[in-house]
Amino acid sequence: MHAPSPPPRKRLLRLKLNGRWREDAVAESDLLVDYLRDVAHLTGTKTGCDGGECGACTVLVDGKAVPSCITLAVRCEGCSVETIEGMATQGRLDRLQRAFHEKLGTQCGFCTPGMIMAAEALLRRNPNPSDEDIRAALAGNLCRCTGYVKIIESIKAAAEVTP
Amino acid sequence: MSTLASGLRVAHPHSIEEAIAARAQNPGSRFLGGGTDLIVNMRRQIDTPNALIDLSRVDEMAEIVAKGDILRIGAGVTIASLAGDASIAPYKAVVQAAEGIAGPGHRNMATVGGNLCQDTRCIYYNQSEWWRSANSFCLKHRGDTCHVAPQGQRCHAAYSGDLAPALLVFNPEIDIAAPKGCRRMPLADLFVEDGRAHLSLTEGELVVAVRLPAAPPPSAYAKVRVRGAIDFPLAGVAVALTSSGGKVGSLRIALTGTNSRPFLLADTDRFAGRAVDDKLLQEIDRLVQKQVQPMRTTTASSNYRRVAAAALARRLVAQLAGQGAA
Repeated sequence: MHAPSPPPRKRLLRLKLNGRWREDAVAESDLLVDYLRDVAHLTGTKTGCDGGECGACTVLVDGKAVPSCITLAVRCEGCSVETIEGMATQGRLDRLQRAFHEKLGTQCGFCTPGMIMAAEALLRRNPNPSDEDIRAALAGNLCRCTGYVKIIESIKAAAEVTP
Repeated sequence: MSTLASGLRVAHPHSIEEAIAARAQNPGSRFLGGGTDLIVNMRRQIDTPNALIDLSRVDEMAEIVAKGDILRIGAGVTIASLAGDASIAPYKAVVQAAEGIAGPGHRNMATVGGNLCQDTRCIYYNQSEWWRSANSFCLKHRGDTCHVAPQGQRCHAAYSGDLAPALLVFNPEIDIAAPKGCRRMPLADLFVEDGRAHLSLTEGELVVAVRLPAAPPPSAYAKVRVRGAIDFPLAGVAVALTSSGGKVGSLRIALTGTNSRPFLLADTDRFAGRAVDDKLLQEIDRLVQKQVQPMRTTTASSNYRRVAAAALARRLVAQLAGQGAA
């Protein structure tokens, strides 16, 4: 058995979360996904495999898609972090959310927040992606329901909408 | 997976000097590159440092600089940056290896140094604490028997980095920082054929850069893996080939995924002056099969990985020759 761990040492973490600066006391051992869900109470970001293999926890850090389950929260000091909760504005779905809804890109919905954040990173750097571009951008995101076809159609549909 | 130990400390040095000093102060600490390998291993409790030294704020390690006849790649450069950097484009094998590493999210975080120094892998090792416990652990961590080769005395976990072979065919050197100063050595000397201790680095040493010679020969990298979207290589092969008049000038072949270290295939010099034909390709196939040592460390059989490595080598040599590279 391992010896009991000493109590966590906390520090102040300052970051811009979905466009708003905030400060929170976090343990240095906290992972970004746990900070988002348990401290910021943004539970849209999902804990899936917990090992960086499924993409359900994908968020944007300074505009880049990363798996938040293998990212230390304290590494995000001063960074801009965007989650699925930051996509809709004033109650209106974002173009990707709307497309996933209308094109049936979502079934059980568990992978969807990660899929949408990975797709958002793609559309920002490549507004008109090919099917191949979309497949490459979503290579780290697993879905066990849709078979991916509807997801790719959703992202293509979103790309045709001016953001 | 478990969460990280709550007492974990994280330091954020801003220079190599600060990083080396922080590491020297705490023998139980580890350097943290992108974390895509180390954090996962910590969550599996197969790596249990008491502190991490986060290298992401060390700007001097995050640059790619061409100077004279050397391209110097900082060990903190991310895999995504490496794959997209114009100065890397002539090193085709490196670009292809980088583009095939894990998924896009991992490539945004993972670094050159972290990829080179990543831990070796085995189906008896990369498992949860309770899985390994139920199997009496293994020689690599907390156990006394290698389940892959129970009669032997060594760990056979396989090195599975993609960048190492792709870099090795260009004969690069690496810069290493240490408490006692810096040193430089061939990249090939970084690796040791021991799954439990596969790096030759001594306590507190840090790989800070890779130095690639200019004017690289034509090259390519390919791998086979269980899942095409993201996965570690079951076998990965890099080839660099030059020639004139349809005959081999120089041929270098490096492999990963088959041994506890990435390595340059020995004895390829004997192909110099030969035409790239079926006979040559068959000889290359035999040479690869003779030198690789895949063990039962993956879900795929070791014989499949041996044959696949040879097939990839044959295919890449033919492809480079066919492109007029040879």
